[in-house]
Amino acid sequence: METIVQEIQGVPLNHYILFCSLIFTIGVIGVLIRRNVIIIMMSIELMLNSVNLLLTAFSAHSGDPSGQVFVFFIMALAAAEVAVGLAIIVMVYRNTRSVDINALNRLRG
Amino acid sequence: MSIFYFVAFLSIFFALMTIFAKNPVHSVLYLVITFFTFTIHYILLNAQFLAIVNFIVYMGAIMVLFLFVLMLLNLNKDTEPLKSNLVKVMGVIAGMCLLVTLAGSFRVLQATGVDIVENTEIGLVGNLGKVLFSEFLLPFEISSILLLTAMVGAVLLAKNDPKNA
Repeated sequence: METIVQEIQGVPLNHYILFCSLIFTIGVIGVLIRRNVIIIMMSIELMLNSVNLLLTAFSAHSGDPSGQVFVFFIMALAAAEVAVGLAIIVMVYRNTRSVDINALNRLRG
Repeated sequence: MSIFYFVAFLSIFFALMTIFAKNPVHSVLYLVITFFTFTIHYILLNAQFLAIVNFIVYMGAIMVLFLFVLMLLNLNKDTEPLKSNLVKVMGVIAGMCLLVTLAGSFRVLQATGVDIVENTEIGLVGNLGKVLFSEFLLPFEISSILLLTAMVGAVLLAKNDPKNA
């Protein structure tokens, strides 16, 4: 336990912020450059996870457990989002036979 | 100290592989490895319970859900829709602009970062439970309703309707 504490004491909070924004940016780029709906949802998961890690880093650096409780709520939200999103993808695939995001640009009532 | 930089490098590498891999199944597997490196980050941050939850919920449940849907729809490299190179380059440039903006705004931020608290107990189950069930009791109950709604919605959406099929 003591070695782990020494381990993170050397890492400045700035590096965590930069690292998490880098992962977040990778998620944004994934949403922009891919056309497969499932991979777009995976990029969204990547963004949510980077935010989770940053909240935990702030929580550990300030000694306040509230940040880690927020992470629980984000995880519950991510699970709900994935369940509904994948159900929508399955339904769209059943109708259009494709997971191309461009198949959704002609929504009809 | 060097463990963090090594694991951070691994996370960034596998996150890049996730969005650039051609085969969707490989993409999911790279994302699983990315989440595993995030679990190591949680352990390094003394968030032991979050590490376990991340391991079980993200790697165990959500990723398996993604993999099941991919296999159910029988997606592979051949069915992968291709985007034009122009759009890809523009997407990467837009993302880099976002990163530069964020990094530039963080330069103003004076995060000291060395004021780490010696208390190594805040990530344990008991401590988090006390906070969750006293301070955050109402959001906790509301999130249970959210999960119930999501479950009902997912079943309704994915159910094969015999009338319309």
